Amino acid sequence: MNAAVPAPRKLRLATTSLAGCFGCHMSFLDIDERLLDLVDLIEFDRSPLTDIKHCGPCDIGLIEGGLCNAENIHVLREFRRNCKVLIAMGACAVNGGLPAQRNHIDLGQCLQEVYLTQPGLVGGQVPNDPELPLPLDKVHPIHEVVRIDYFIPGCPPSGDAIWKFLTDLLKGRTPRLGHPLLHFD
Amino acid sequence: MIPARWISAPVGTSRWRTAGGAAKLKEKPAIAVVVGEPVVSEKILASGQFDELLRPILDRYCRDAGLLVEILRETQNVLGYLPAGALTVIAKAVGTPRARVEGVAGFYSFFHLEPVGRYRVLFSDNITDRMLGSAELLDRLCNKLWVERGKVSEDGLVSVDTTSCTGMCDQGPALLVNGRAMTRMSAERIGRIGELIRAQVPMSEWPNEYFLVEDNIRRRDTLLNSNWQEGEALKAAIARGAEGMLAEMKLSNLRGRGGAGFTTHIKWESARRAAVHGERSARYVVCNADEGEPGTFKDRVLLTSYADLLFDGMSVAGFTIGATKGLLYLRGEYAYLLPQLEENLRNRRADGLLGNAVCGVAGLTFDIEIRLGAGAYVCGEETALLESLEGKRGVPRIRPPFPVTAGYLGQPTVVNNVETLCKAALIAVKGGAWFAGLGTKQSTGTKLLSISGDVEVPGIYEYPFGVSVEQVLNDCGAGNAQAVQISGPSGICLATHEFSRRIAFEDVPTAGAFMVFGAHRDMFEVARNFAHFFAHESCGFCTPCRVGTSLVANCMDKIGNGQGSPYEINEIFKIHRLLHVASHCGLGQAACNALFDTLHKFRPAYERRLRSLDFEPAFDLDEALAGARRMTGRDDPGAHFGLAARVSGGDA
Repeated sequence: MNAAVPAPRKLRLATTSLAGCFGCHMSFLDIDERLLDLVDLIEFDRSPLTDIKHCGPCDIGLIEGGLCNAENIHVLREFRRNCKVLIAMGACAVNGGLPAQRNHIDLGQCLQEVYLTQPGLVGGQVPNDPELPLPLDKVHPIHEVVRIDYFIPGCPPSGDAIWKFLTDLLKGRTPRLGHPLLHFD
Repeated sequence: MIPARWISAPVGTSRWRTAGGAAKLKEKPAIAVVVGEPVVSEKILASGQFDELLRPILDRYCRDAGLLVEILRETQNVLGYLPAGALTVIAKAVGTPRARVEGVAGFYSFFHLEPVGRYRVLFSDNITDRMLGSAELLDRLCNKLWVERGKVSEDGLVSVDTTSCTGMCDQGPALLVNGRAMTRMSAERIGRIGELIRAQVPMSEWPNEYFLVEDNIRRRDTLLNSNWQEGEALKAAIARGAEGMLAEMKLSNLRGRGGAGFTTHIKWESARRAAVHGERSARYVVCNADEGEPGTFKDRVLLTSYADLLFDGMSVAGFTIGATKGLLYLRGEYAYLLPQLEENLRNRRADGLLGNAVCGVAGLTFDIEIRLGAGAYVCGEETALLESLEGKRGVPRIRPPFPVTAGYLGQPTVVNNVETLCKAALIAVKGGAWFAGLGTKQSTGTKLLSISGDVEVPGIYEYPFGVSVEQVLNDCGAGNAQAVQISGPSGICLATHEFSRRIAFEDVPTAGAFMVFGAHRDMFEVARNFAHFFAHESCGFCTPCRVGTSLVANCMDKIGNGQGSPYEINEIFKIHRLLHVASHCGLGQAACNALFDTLHKFRPAYERRLRSLDFEPAFDLDEALAGARRMTGRDDPGAHFGLAARVSGGDA
């Protein structure tokens, strides 16, 4: 039986950066020419690469960054609703990371100092435009707000790690990074 | 006691185990018991000049790094806590890196690197204490003393906190004040204690009845009925000869009473045959009296009223394996027993039962030394106990080598539970065949059960092995039990349909704890208490256990706070599996046992707390925006999660 097997449906992939630095996305681009192999297997939905503003039904969602404001949570929930598999990519998504270093500072005090009482400020005001998302009192890792299926540690995870993870997933294997790709020093 | 059922530790090379630090102790120093208040003025503490102050302690323990735990305890008795300067002096004196000294000091929960107040009150936090209202009493005392739980009062007078089970479950709620056990707390007693502390009355002048610890022996069988002279068992063993005694032990088929049920004669015979080595070659008998498994208190009773039998048992073991030294590792919570145990040992020395030429037999040397633990459950695991005896952090070793070939100081060592050694004394007198006739085929003899919880008559019950759970429940007056936790949090939880099962190694093995939960109890809260116990007692050495036990406790809190979902239940199962395969020792492997059992047998207790069938955030999203709303003065739909956002078509 040599009848041509129909090409499998391309999987849809969405990515976003919440309270992150886009470093994980830069690392994602480090898969370099393998990006061409990747687009044979997947098509992008919402992602900085496509500039699509809202996520539609997807197979895989990659989330960079933790949660520092209300918008982060709305976006994360949109991803969770639409993605069959949701992945926390990088230290900020997994643990809160660098932004979570503000967690020991009281938000009220912080806003007060920055916008109202800092020396040299005259007539300061805490920004209150409804367009601006409100900051959360603490920065949270994303698994505290929605169910997360997989975690890729690293700050950032290497391009190789992201490639290995995605190809495992695309081939139907449970992703396993193994020691070299989890070794950070 | 941590069940020695944990004998499945992974095989590998141990990097931290060293046989060094041989005890250079010439004369056995008396251990000062932690009662009363530290004796040093704040001026000396502030000066940081500890050399003079600590010299007597360091001299008494021969500046031996192997006795670091003792040195730290006595230093703390003098200073009230262990200031950084004192650790430096000790490190220099014993010739150990300072980091190691601080590592040991930081490991044990009864050692404090920060001041803890002149009165340190620790409420026993076992579930049975909670069921008797300990949490309300703790709040009451905090209110009375104007202190926040876990913090030292501003005047440095007092701190109030919780500690793991203190082994007084039959007469709780219990607590420790400056290490001294106190029982049967009530609102009235707590009120009085608050006054005594505020008036700074020395503990020696507190009412004696507060310190009263009763045996509460409810059912006696062969062990608790035995009543013979000190030394009788030892003389009987000497008359049988070492090989003869071993043969009797083999005949008796006695199995360890600490939980694992390892056959005792195999341990003894292996240690007897194992080669001693090095300059200080010797064999050791170690009695594991670190009864830390919540709900267990049988060893407390044996140490209180059957110490002769125990010391006879240790001597019999020593004689049989050819050991010259016995070590009794007594948990810090039982420090109040120390004076009477020391007195007993003095009497035995005077009666020729310890020392050189024991029982007049030339060349037969055996003496017993008591060492105190410092509040670490994991030290009930035999290799962690050996580490602690050697003055190190109580981190379990990797086996093999087993203690019978390389135990205390690397020498052949038999580590037995208190009850096991008492049984060995019985066998010496009455013979192995007699013992084998009691109990069941694979579980010979009797077993002491520590019964607590929702029963009319809590206390110690001795039964021949093979007794059904149902009969025990009838005897102790457990009218409407819905569950029994057998062998403590690391053991097994039985529901009503399993009450016909039997206490024996063939069916339900136990180290002795038997906690009964009435129909009105919430089994979720029971499991949650156990989850926090393990998170607190994990020694921190291996990541799966250190992190895993905390993750489980967090999951349980999330469910308990009404923010759980099936996701958390799945997580608990996942972590349970992971801890089983990846933990360094049995603590981690057993840490989720009770959760696993209750999740199977009392699942509705969990499910009724779940907020939804999908995932729920671990915190209140809308509340998390409250600070920012206040600062910005905004109250528009975009400034909310929940109803307001939903009304406006937002995402909530």
